[in-house]
Amino acid sequence: MKIDISKVFLKKKKQILEQWMKNQLADESLREDLMSNEELRTESDELLDALVRSLNDNNLSDAQSTDFENVIEILSGISISRARQGFSPRETGAYIFSLKEALLQILQEELKSDPAQLTSLILKLNKLIDSFSVTTFETFIKGREEVILRQTDEITDISTPVIRLWDGILALPIIGTLDSARTQVVMESLLQEIVVTGSSIAILDISGVPAVDSLVAQHLLKTISATRLMGAECIISGIRPEIAQTVVHLGIDLSTIITKATLASALKYAFAVLQLEVRKSSVKNS
Amino acid sequence: MIVVLTKDSMIIQREQDVVPFRNRVKEYAVKIGMSLVNQTKLITAASELVRNMLKYSNGGNTVIEVVSKGRENGIRLSFIDKGPGIKDVELAMKDGYSTGRSLGLGLPGAKRLVSEFDIKSAVGKGTTVTITKWKNG
Repeated sequence: MKIDISKVFLKKKKQILEQWMKNQLADESLREDLMSNEELRTESDELLDALVRSLNDNNLSDAQSTDFENVIEILSGISISRARQGFSPRETGAYIFSLKEALLQILQEELKSDPAQLTSLILKLNKLIDSFSVTTFETFIKGREEVILRQTDEITDISTPVIRLWDGILALPIIGTLDSARTQVVMESLLQEIVVTGSSIAILDISGVPAVDSLVAQHLLKTISATRLMGAECIISGIRPEIAQTVVHLGIDLSTIITKATLASALKYAFAVLQLEVRKSSVKNS
Repeated sequence: MIVVLTKDSMIIQREQDVVPFRNRVKEYAVKIGMSLVNQTKLITAASELVRNMLKYSNGGNTVIEVVSKGRENGIRLSFIDKGPGIKDVELAMKDGYSTGRSLGLGLPGAKRLVSEFDIKSAVGKGTTVTITKWKNG
């Protein structure tokens, strides 16, 4: 007797869900801290419902079938939200694999008397669910990548603040590597700020730049020329001893630029240029 | 005689690979106890050569080796690309010469920063640059 797999699953849906939940709850990797059992049950129920509804004898061996669009959509939604919530790939994988286990258990009970048919059905079902698992992983990774992209954007945003140190003095601490894209952002925000504040001195602090190679130097020189065109003077500060030696060996000529070892000495120089004086106030003893 | 102690390789394809590569080189340099100045020199030279590779041949392969000669340890880096190659290596090694509108200090600068420098290039086949920086060199 040949059984209709979709009818079996539809009939036993409740049982499958129970079995699946049992499998999931038994798994060590269950993350009750990230998701409550209630939520997990609703989510599982929705996915299982979509699966048994779309499953029939014809599409059992064809995971690309359009009948499964709904299933894949739900599955993708689940894995993306899991990636964002901070589930590990193993935990997300265990979710879909425990479904396979439950389905196979039910199938085994149903077809105890017909091992030949059982084997053929198991093979097909295996392939189908494996293909779903791959989809799960793909979307899971996509979800992670989205997180990374968002963070990259945030980093570029926060990494180039222009600080108004004093009336007419701007400071721009550069942290990380200066690539072409960063230089563009740095240059734009610096020039903009020079216009807004009417500053005449800009201090570029490179204490946070790990290595100064010829490309970084070229970008620095470009920024400085642009600043000069705007009528402001540029000082480079935060040149560490090892950087100084490297720059000399590389043969980069920074002699036309005012450079200082620390931001403090750059500020002192800027004060001198603006004819400002910093003094200790005389303490009056009353 | 130079003995290779450890060998590691890394494929460079995008500009984003430059920083991880530099960090990897730095890790090895710290491991053999290289001084901060020599570390920085090595990393800067590596950075120049990696950027060249990205700019002129869309990336390539790099090999990081910890080598030993007698009592001294060092780091040897190889940059292997299958790009257009360099027509006149002697000219490319000159200060201020560039075909790519840069400062023209990459190759000659890198040579000055390291202990040993070797470049082999065949037009149409690619370029291989090998540099070695000894711990106290």
